Amino acid sequence: MATTTTSRPATPRGFDPATARPFLEQFDRLKADLPGGSLSWVRDLREQGRARFAELGFPTVKNESWRYTNLRALDKLAFQPAVAAETGVSFDVLPTVRAAGTTGPRLVFVDGRFRAELSSTAGLPAGVELLNLADALAHKPELVGEHLGRLATPDDLSLVALNTAFLADGPVLHVPRGVEVAEPVELVFVSVGSDEHPTSFHPRTLIIAEDNSRVVIVEHHVGLGTGATLSNGVGEVFVGAHASVHHYKVQREHTNAFHLSHTAAKVGGHGVYDNFILTTGAKLSRNEVRSTFDGEHGDTHVSGAYMVRGDQHVDTSTFIDHAVPCCTSREVYKGVIDDTARAVFQGKILVRPGAQKTDGYQQNRALLLSETAEIDAKPELEIYADDVKCSHGATAGELDDQQLFYLRARGIDKETARGLLIGAFLAEALDEIPEEGVREAFQAYVSAWQNAR
Amino acid sequence: MAATTETVEQVRAVTEQKYKYGFTTDIESDVAPKGLNEDTVRFISAKKEEPEWLLEWRLKAFRAWQEMEEPHHWAKLSYPPIDYQDAHYYAAPKMKARPKSLDEVDPELLKTYEKLGIPLREQEILAGVEGSEGRSPAVAVDAVFDSVSVATTFKAKLEEMGIIFCAISEAVHKCPELVQKYLGSVVPYTDNFYATLNSAVFTDGSFVYIPKGVRCPMELSTYFRINQANTGQFERTLIIADEGAYVSYLEGCTAPQRDENQLHAAVVELVTLDDAQIKYSTVQNWYPGNEEGVGGIYNFVTKRGACRGKNSKISWTQVETGSAITWKYPSCILQGDNSVGEFYSVAITNNLQQADTGTKMIHIGKNTRSTIVSKGISAGRAQQTYRGLVKILPKAEGARNHTQCDSLLIGDQCGAHTVPYIESRNRTARIEHEATTAKISEDQLFYCRQRGLSEEDAVSLIVNGFCKEVLKELPMEFAVEAQKLVGISLEGSVG
Repeated sequence: MATTTTSRPATPRGFDPATARPFLEQFDRLKADLPGGSLSWVRDLREQGRARFAELGFPTVKNESWRYTNLRALDKLAFQPAVAAETGVSFDVLPTVRAAGTTGPRLVFVDGRFRAELSSTAGLPAGVELLNLADALAHKPELVGEHLGRLATPDDLSLVALNTAFLADGPVLHVPRGVEVAEPVELVFVSVGSDEHPTSFHPRTLIIAEDNSRVVIVEHHVGLGTGATLSNGVGEVFVGAHASVHHYKVQREHTNAFHLSHTAAKVGGHGVYDNFILTTGAKLSRNEVRSTFDGEHGDTHVSGAYMVRGDQHVDTSTFIDHAVPCCTSREVYKGVIDDTARAVFQGKILVRPGAQKTDGYQQNRALLLSETAEIDAKPELEIYADDVKCSHGATAGELDDQQLFYLRARGIDKETARGLLIGAFLAEALDEIPEEGVREAFQAYVSAWQNAR
Repeated sequence: MAATTETVEQVRAVTEQKYKYGFTTDIESDVAPKGLNEDTVRFISAKKEEPEWLLEWRLKAFRAWQEMEEPHHWAKLSYPPIDYQDAHYYAAPKMKARPKSLDEVDPELLKTYEKLGIPLREQEILAGVEGSEGRSPAVAVDAVFDSVSVATTFKAKLEEMGIIFCAISEAVHKCPELVQKYLGSVVPYTDNFYATLNSAVFTDGSFVYIPKGVRCPMELSTYFRINQANTGQFERTLIIADEGAYVSYLEGCTAPQRDENQLHAAVVELVTLDDAQIKYSTVQNWYPGNEEGVGGIYNFVTKRGACRGKNSKISWTQVETGSAITWKYPSCILQGDNSVGEFYSVAITNNLQQADTGTKMIHIGKNTRSTIVSKGISAGRAQQTYRGLVKILPKAEGARNHTQCDSLLIGDQCGAHTVPYIESRNRTARIEHEATTAKISEDQLFYCRQRGLSEEDAVSLIVNGFCKEVLKELPMEFAVEAQKLVGISLEGSVG
């Protein structure tokens, strides 16, 4: 059979350009007022984002990496961009992993915009920069210019393109060479929105840990209002050689929230990137974590736990790019799904040609608690080198009858026994967090979720 | 350990060996003009003297196919677009009429099958199995040569038990009610691009019906041979196991060595009713192309079984070593309560071969169980992907699935990929999926060599051990061939 040589079209599949329009109109109206507008490279970056988002729009379920997460609901809500945070929002207690009565470095963002009066940089070693992106663009553009948009590029993904068009504010952390930050840096994102209309914002996070530095970052995402919100966050994390970045996140937004988040990390030689995401909130959430090794002997841990109920939808999509030899990656995810909730796990390990001595491990376990809960998992290996050790495992099922029986035979009532087993199941994921204080705080969130059942 | 230069050399030496089945048969053929349109469909249907309903069905399929898009985007396969107009859709060795007995079959054809080691003489026992003389005949064979079935052995003996085993084109006349009832009932003519094309232009293939309560006394087998140049092969197989029936079916395939790619788009449909069982085994050894990736068969196959009855079982076992491109996902739809689906696969790709293969297990009925064991071995510059779906629907109370996918890479130029999809909508279902990727370990090799095995024997032993879980599922007669094939495909390719 003869073949012809015409090449296939390169148009990306599974996007709906029509969904871009309202956001493009808002962008064109707003762009003059966005921070950093006097810098030509910032303007260029935004225009690139706008152009790419105009081309693509939101992904549809025809898009392979979105086959299980449908964003059509977004199109039905007329999102308005968040205006500079309104006053009058009061916080009794901001979420923290710190012991009661102690303070530490913390940045607070309300609907994507920085709130200086709630933030503090106390307790940071000399040389460490912790500030918000809008200020950085205004006063220290050299701090972000080299890094912003380098890991999460607009041509990559449409949501990153959308974030890049609207990029305005978010945390910037710069840890110089050899500096270890003892206190955890807390980043608090509060969604308030408006009762009048659905509200959207696009926080942008930039973390730069230079060679031999160490830092622990804890992100809190919480909701206060009742209106629908869309948080379309993008984070870029640069881990230098021999540096170690511990990056933990807990997402407890209210159930009118859409929480989309994309984190791109690059790990230098002997560097450690340790990421953990705990999800209990939002109507629909997706955490996409992409980590690339940039030097040999790097180590990446990307793990998490999710607990969803009602009609919540949680999507975890990870991509570990073993671009160089001799690196290790480990992923452990555990999820509990109740009522009509649905969970999605997509994890891909790529071992590029020549990336010998790669050690990749991935595990996803899901517990279905109700008749109508659903789990969709797609663990994926793509391997182009022979001297590697890669494996993944995935399971789905309900609580083990025998374990339940064991506990009940010892006089423990059914609900308590179930609670114990669910707690133990999730604890295995939390054990992946080496920072004790953070692990305990996250454990408390897990218990709170269980008690609310 | 990474491949040594020596290993790479050895792989090359092995793969430069002539494909054993690469000869052509010089035989006069009746060939349809090149091209594909409604007239081609009518031509094929007329050649087969088909009833009107079947022609209509083909035409519906053809019209649907014209509206369909070739599925290029998701499989991990790369090949230039296929020009569907530049091929013959029908080629048949010239025969006066359907031969009544083997004596009427063209001796050239008989010679071809002899050369391939396929026994068409009923007194013969499958070649290659020693010590099987004196046993009852082990295998009945339907031999498909290009677009037609040229001979079916042991037909009379099987008919005594009520078993129908014949070419599907013959079944259309012999038992039209069965064909009409089941054809397209598992793989509808709108199913996918290649299956739809097959529905429009399928030429021949095997038909099997095992009546209620009958256990088929011998292995049934179809041997597919593509001979004619520039010809696509589109066979269609339909196997029905009625209540309580059992059949083990084997499929083998080879093709001559040619520089141009040839298209093979088959459809296999299996149906099991209550308590019935079908065991379907394939050794796929189509011409894989040469070491530079020139030539070889494009193998786009839709295989699907429906466990319609309760306690029924369908088991797929495949050994895939041939074809330049393999696109194949033998699947089970587990409708009947307590039904069982199995998929055992060994896929070996070498040189520039590409394979994207796996299975789908759709759990619909209660207490349905499925097992997937996939062993992929990739060498040379080959790319291999396991792609599988396990889907548990809400009513599949107590469903179980266990999946094990292991890949072995030999050399640093090849790729091995795993893309499983797991979808569960029933909490009482238990799904376990495990996948590993590794190489032949230095320790294993050392252990064998230290006991006096040559490096080649050690590799063969280790790889056969790696595949054992699958190979043991093959009927004995096939297992011998398959083990040899595994050995030959990887001889010398120390990882």
